[in-house]
Amino acid sequence: MMKYLKYGLLGVVFGIVFTKAEIISWYRIYEMFRFESFHMYGIIGSAVVLSAIATFLIKRSSFNDLYGNPIVFSPKVMSVPRYLYGGIIFGMGWALVGACPGPLYIMVGNGVIVILVVILSAILGTYVYGLLRNKLPH
Amino acid sequence: MKEIIFSPWPWWVAGPAIAIVYLVLSYFGKSFGISATMRAACTVAGAGKRVPFFNFDWKSQIWNFIFVLGSVIGGFIAHEFMYLDTYAIDISQSTKEAASSLGLYSFEQGMFPIEVFNWDSLFTLKGFLVMIIGGFLIGFGSRYAGGCTSGHAISGLANLQLPSLIAVIGFFIGGLLVTFYVIPFVYTL
Repeated sequence: MMKYLKYGLLGVVFGIVFTKAEIISWYRIYEMFRFESFHMYGIIGSAVVLSAIATFLIKRSSFNDLYGNPIVFSPKVMSVPRYLYGGIIFGMGWALVGACPGPLYIMVGNGVIVILVVILSAILGTYVYGLLRNKLPH
Repeated sequence: MKEIIFSPWPWWVAGPAIAIVYLVLSYFGKSFGISATMRAACTVAGAGKRVPFFNFDWKSQIWNFIFVLGSVIGGFIAHEFMYLDTYAIDISQSTKEAASSLGLYSFEQGMFPIEVFNWDSLFTLKGFLVMIIGGFLIGFGSRYAGGCTSGHAISGLANLQLPSLIAVIGFFIGGLLVTFYVIPFVYTL
C-alpha cells in the first residue's frame, strides 16, 4: 500500500495547483475558447515546452526510472480519423461542461458534488465507446 | 507569504508545476493520463466480461485511481484552507460580459457557474444537456481519441506526437463550435 502513497501525494499537489490557478474554473475554459486571456495558453504552453525539453533530455540520456527501468515515452499509433473525430467529440464536451477529466475530479474536492453525475456520465460515455469501437472509423 | 497562499496563482506557477507532475510520474514509470481511470472504472464494474476493450488488468491503473483521489483531496485542501472568504475570479471584462449575457453572474463569488451546476438544475433540460450530455461527450470522445488533455495536450505534445497534435486540433474545433454555437443556445434555455 505504501508504494501507492507517492501517487496520492502527487495528486494532492496536482489538485492544489489546478484549484489555485483556476484551471478547474468553467469561466477560465470559456475565456480560453473565446481567446480573451493568455492565462490558460500560458499554463498549457509552458507545461508543454518544459515537458518537451525534459522529455528530449531524458531520451538522450540513459536515465532510469525509480525501479531501475529505462524511462520510455511510447509513441502513439498514427491515424487521422480517430484523433480528429475523437478529439472533436471530446472538445465539445470540454467546452459544454467547462472542464476536462482532471478538473472534474478536483471540482468534487472543491465541494461541487453534483459533478459526480458528470463523472458517471463520462464513464458511461467511455463504456458506450467500448461497445461501438469496432463500428467507428479509427 | 499569506498573499502567495491566498491569492490565485499565475500561469507561470501552474504550467511549470504541471510539467513537474508529468516528469515525476514519468520517473515513477507511469504515463500521465487522467481519462484512463474512466476506462478502468468500467473494467472494475465488470464491463470486461461483455466488451473486450475493457478486458485488461485494471490493477495496472490503481496508481492512477490513487493519484485522482489525491487530486480530490488537494482540491479540498485548496478550497478549505487556501482561500479568502471573498473571492471573485479575475477573468477578462469581455468574458464577464459574455457570461452575463448567458445569465451567469457567479464569477462574482467563485469559480463555477453554480446557476447551472446544482442538483435542481440536473432535472431541467439545460442541466441535462450540460451535465449528462456534456459528461457523456467527454468520456466517449476522450476514449475515441485515446486520451484527454493530460494524455494528448501535455504528455503527447511533450513527446512531439503528431497524433496528439491532431487530437488537440480536434479539441479546439469541437470546443470552439460549442462555445460559439451551442453554449449561447443551451445556457439560455
